[in-house]
Amino acid sequence: MSSDHHHGGPLIDCDVHLPTPTVDQLGPYLSEHWREYIATAGFKGSMAVTSTHPPGARSSGHERLDGGFAEAMRNVRRHCLGESESARAVVSAHYGVETMGPPDFSTALSRAVNDWMLTACRDTDERLLASINVPPQYPDLAAEEIDRLAGDDRVVQVFVPARTSKPYGNRIYYPLLAAAERNGLPLGIHFGGMSWNPPTGVGWPSYYIEEYVGMAHVMQAQLSSLVFEGAFQRFPRLRVTVLEGGWTWLPSLMWRLDKEWKGIRREVPWVEEPPSTYLRRHVKLSIQPIDAPPDGPEVMTTIDQIGSDDVLMYASDFPHEHLSDPLALLDRLAPETASKVAYGNAAACYGVPSAPEPQESVR
Amino acid sequence: MKRYVVCQTHELPPGTRRIVDIDGRSIGVFNVDGEYYALRNTCPHQGAALCTGSLLGEVRSPCPGEYRYDGSRKLLQCPWHGWEFDLTTGQSWFDPARTRVRPYDVTVESGRSIAAGREGVVPGPYVAETLPVTVDDDYIVVTP
Ligand code: FES
Repeated sequence: MSSDHHHGGPLIDCDVHLPTPTVDQLGPYLSEHWREYIATAGFKGSMAVTSTHPPGARSSGHERLDGGFAEAMRNVRRHCLGESESARAVVSAHYGVETMGPPDFSTALSRAVNDWMLTACRDTDERLLASINVPPQYPDLAAEEIDRLAGDDRVVQVFVPARTSKPYGNRIYYPLLAAAERNGLPLGIHFGGMSWNPPTGVGWPSYYIEEYVGMAHVMQAQLSSLVFEGAFQRFPRLRVTVLEGGWTWLPSLMWRLDKEWKGIRREVPWVEEPPSTYLRRHVKLSIQPIDAPPDGPEVMTTIDQIGSDDVLMYASDFPHEHLSDPLALLDRLAPETASKVAYGNAAACYGVPSAPEPQESVR
Repeated sequence: MKRYVVCQTHELPPGTRRIVDIDGRSIGVFNVDGEYYALRNTCPHQGAALCTGSLLGEVRSPCPGEYRYDGSRKLLQCPWHGWEFDLTTGQSWFDPARTRVRPYDVTVESGRSIAAGREGVVPGPYVAETLPVTVDDDYIVVTP
């Protein structure tokens, strides 16, 4: 973090990635049965994370995790938390459990990764909060895992991948959505994941870059599903976060949903308010990546078009580097908006007590 | 205020509608189960002939999977982009306060009273001609 920014207040970094644990690291958190299963099945660990970012690219940032676990955690503290006592970072460790067929193995791995992650948080810094893995393809089992861990103060979010076999508004996900709602945890829909579906709505692309940028459309399809399936009507306290999915597309999505709702709403009569109203009320988005010049006037215009400065949350997306300096965006914003994006919005979303008044550069 | 004779009542039986031109304005006149309604035949969205759209009941829902269908409420759905308007008030379903279409009063009057030359009744809607009014029939009269 550099200190030459106007925004000197504390930050909540809502999208921080831990190094993917190895099978050996997970061993202590798995039963003997699953350890033997892993050994005999030749399971070598998750493919999910290593394959979703271009190797060597700044956006992959693997070198920031490569120095071993202890070094990675030091980097998390240095890059994402700094010195401020009020700072928080919400970490995740995507393990690709959504790709796994066997329901109980998928669940066992979710549990192991979560227990490993919570231990890593506890041992590293009390300002670390966790976004827990669940097997979304088995919504009942996902709900059990949410219920198992929701009592832990560090657990502030349910992590699910953007790519699915069916979008998250679908009624098959009710147990998952209900568990998130009753435990007061937002459903964090994060870039990536694998499913039996192609990563774009028009089939399998030839090149990684197509899949990579196509994630913006996937996120929009997820939000559209949640609204039109009536998830926010069925679960009025359900909250959703869009992580690493971009956000500059939000005004045009809102416009389109509202426009078409006026004439097609009879098909989905539970959507009684304009779709953009549900999005503003229930959804928050991490600021990275930004598909606009982060230090240009476009970002303020886009926030105006969204119609609320309560929906964006600061994120470094550590270790991925989409921007050389993610704080540049905050400098563009009016001070009140900047402090909401830096802290207040995420504090409200994750139940973190409000920060003290911003002081000059405490980091 | 001018009032316009549209047709004889038997020419607009229940379940039917007519689009008439009244003083240069296109207006839809409806008979729904014996009740008469009239709305401006121009959608406030992009000007479609609104009154040629489907008449539908109201569908609402408190929650996915539950449908509350109210067939007693009549909504006219624009043929172009599907906006729904309350046939009684002209108010749109999605924004009743600001997006609305003009409703008109419709009355049934006897030929006798029209022939007696009640003030302001203009025989129509065929503005150029005079609709022959016979004292023994009832007529539908629109007040724009
Ligand atoms: S013209 Fe009527 S809905 Fe568009």
